[in-house]
Amino acid sequence: MRNLAKHALFWPLFALALLLVVNVVATPSFFSIRVQDGHLYGSLIDILRNGAPTLLIALGMTLVIATRGIDLSVGAIVAIAAAVACTYMAGAPDESSAGRAIVAMSMAVGVCILLGLWNGFLVSVLGIQPIIATLVLMTAGRGLAMLITDGQIITVNNALFKKVGAGFVLGLPVAILIALAVFAITAVLTRRTALGMLIESVGINPEASRLAGVRARTITWTVYVFVAFCAGIAGLMIASNTSAADANSAGLWIELDAILAVVIGGTSLAGGRFSLTGTLIGAMFIQTLATTIPTIGIPAETNYLFKAIVVIVVCLLQSPKARAVLNVRRSSPRLAKGTAA
Amino acid sequence: MIQMTAEAAQATRTEPVVEMSGVSVSFPGVKALQSVGITLRPGEVHALMGENGAGKSTLIKALTGVYAIDEGTIIVSGEPRTFHSPAESQAAGISTVYQEVNLCTNLTVAENMLLGREPRSLGRIDTRAMNRRAGETLTRLGLDIDPRSQLGSHPIAIQQLVAIARAVDIDAELLILDEPTSSLDADEVAKLFEVMRTLRAEGVAIVFVSHFLEQVFEISDRMTVLRNGQFVGEYVTAETTQLQLVQAMIGRELETLEKIEQEAEEHTVKTQGAPLLEVLQLGRKGSVEAVDLQVFEGEVIGVAGLLGSGRTELARLLFGADSADTGNMQMRAKQTKLRTPRQAIDHKIAFSSENRRSEGVIADLSIADNMVLALQASRGWMRPIPAKTKERLVSKYIEALDIRPANPQALMRNLSGGNQQKVLLARWLITEPELLILDEPTRGIDIGAKAQIQQLVADLAKDGLSVVFISAELEEVLRLSDRLVVMRDRRKIDERPNDNVSVSDVLEIIAGEVRADA
Repeated sequence: MRNLAKHALFWPLFALALLLVVNVVATPSFFSIRVQDGHLYGSLIDILRNGAPTLLIALGMTLVIATRGIDLSVGAIVAIAAAVACTYMAGAPDESSAGRAIVAMSMAVGVCILLGLWNGFLVSVLGIQPIIATLVLMTAGRGLAMLITDGQIITVNNALFKKVGAGFVLGLPVAILIALAVFAITAVLTRRTALGMLIESVGINPEASRLAGVRARTITWTVYVFVAFCAGIAGLMIASNTSAADANSAGLWIELDAILAVVIGGTSLAGGRFSLTGTLIGAMFIQTLATTIPTIGIPAETNYLFKAIVVIVVCLLQSPKARAVLNVRRSSPRLAKGTAA
Repeated sequence: MIQMTAEAAQATRTEPVVEMSGVSVSFPGVKALQSVGITLRPGEVHALMGENGAGKSTLIKALTGVYAIDEGTIIVSGEPRTFHSPAESQAAGISTVYQEVNLCTNLTVAENMLLGREPRSLGRIDTRAMNRRAGETLTRLGLDIDPRSQLGSHPIAIQQLVAIARAVDIDAELLILDEPTSSLDADEVAKLFEVMRTLRAEGVAIVFVSHFLEQVFEISDRMTVLRNGQFVGEYVTAETTQLQLVQAMIGRELETLEKIEQEAEEHTVKTQGAPLLEVLQLGRKGSVEAVDLQVFEGEVIGVAGLLGSGRTELARLLFGADSADTGNMQMRAKQTKLRTPRQAIDHKIAFSSENRRSEGVIADLSIADNMVLALQASRGWMRPIPAKTKERLVSKYIEALDIRPANPQALMRNLSGGNQQKVLLARWLITEPELLILDEPTRGIDIGAKAQIQQLVADLAKDGLSVVFISAELEEVLRLSDRLVVMRDRRKIDERPNDNVSVSDVLEIIAGEVRADA
């Protein structure tokens, strides 16, 4: 079992390591981490911090994908979370008070949970295909966010809110701590309880799971709520980092990064077995890639091109045909030996 | 016929088309084939026999390049070969026709036969030449099928023959027929055998896989028997009796079945007092009409009926897989209403579906996870089964049910049908049910596993478990049940104690109703 997991994570880790080596060659100081005012700074810290929103959403997405689903609406949910929080805070007489920030963030997360309930309802109760069901909110959600912000970029000035995306605790950026905490909680909830196995079983065969007494509908519903919750937190992080809610660009295309992170991490889009650690590596890989491209002197706008290449490689590795070719290559020496004997 | 056998005998002296020896194939945790050999000679029908999971399909797939072999040699027409894909083996003259027809029903017969090899003129497909060539092949095989007709407009049997015609058109030296007769009726089988004889006379080597012993004895010249992935022996059909063949295939299981029957007859049930389960007028629109049924403790209720008689639908209602819209249900004299399987499980009811693959097996999870799934589901996700308990339960049932491989971590998808069925039974037994509903628990599994499962049901009933046993095989139903329920047209039409009821009695009950209706 453990050997298999090692094996499954070998390629994602290898790719990540390769990228890091490229970075070190381009910028020898890449691995150095400075301490300044008791805070840690450095390229690695930046990658972790900037990758935190993607990682958060990718964690939720991993569970959704494990149930054979997908959630395209997370980018829109990010925008809504940012819009709700900032609009509630901005202009209020106590705009910069901690209480206001807490209420604003709770409201934002609450709205996101409602949106997750909506997605989950469409998928698990009405039985609409996940890609279509979440496409509804993907398109409508950003419009909703625009409606909340009145089409403006809402800026806020609140110290506590600022901390979520840009603050430090114990020398580490809060965003990283939040993302890692959610990772740890998700890992414990799925792997220390039976939840992980039940999610996998629903993803592999929903009807057989139902007949075995698994509450397949509830599980499916819950994972959509969970990913929306993750997207809400990610939205707060993104808004906090800039102290502004931009309904147009907050979380734009982040659903694709999240899905990509899950797939790079070795979780199949066909559902079933999932790996949270794989997703963690996948998210780090994507963020490192985004950092590497400008570092080695390629215009940052071409980022999408490189992501496309990654997508192609991952798709090739997951396609049964390509695997068959690789397998034949691998097993032919065995065969040759057999025939000689 | 006699002449052909003589021809076949003569052909045996010529060089074999394919000679496999010492072939081993393994999957993660499973040894599917261990040093198996088979020799296929031109102009001979060679039956490949064995229970499910004996390694027949694996052997065929190893030969045709679907699976890579770990050890052994494959000699085709005198030369050692290794095929990496079915296409390569096909190019070497080996064609396979599978149980499920892998053709395009929306194309014509001719298009299907020449798919990928269409005659062309000026870069375009020459439809006329294509129809002519397909027509010639069909005529040669004595088949009266219009090559221009759409494949989908023909019954499965004809589609199967077209698949064979396609293989023949490729100039196959070896034709592999994997359970071609499983969905054919007697006339269709006769037609298929005619085609096979024609091909045999032309010198084609044919591998014939079938579970029907009579067919095997009718058509084959030689038989190779596999058991548990190992070679048992090669037999000349004319010199072998059916009994010898069955014993080679299953070994000791025949006695087991006789023993079960005897035990079941001695088994008595107290039908006084309150039944474990009682349903009154239980029904569901478009599924089953109101049924009354009582199940007592330790009683085996056999449900007989044809496909579509409502036997499966009744089972689903009793389990809450579908919810009933009329009638009421009492479990231990307490009013019960089941809307979901989960509620049924909470009432100590278990249900093993007839669709093992789509409604039972979680293919990508391990044997262990599959086994504890129902128990885990009823405990809820927050209370995982402790690792030690899980290990104990799983190894107990692997041993008790003789599940192979005996590796709890082996993936369910790599198990044979019989072993998957045993894992699913274990899944339910682990929940310690009081009522076990088994819908076709022995479908598509080999005689050995069938006997084991029937033995298990008999033993469980002796220990006080109530069982509703549904099977299309009336012998099984009659062998095990204390009371017999007969279903037809979505209704219960008869119920009687199983005292010397014979298969023909049951058939008469079913048919009698037809006459009464008419």
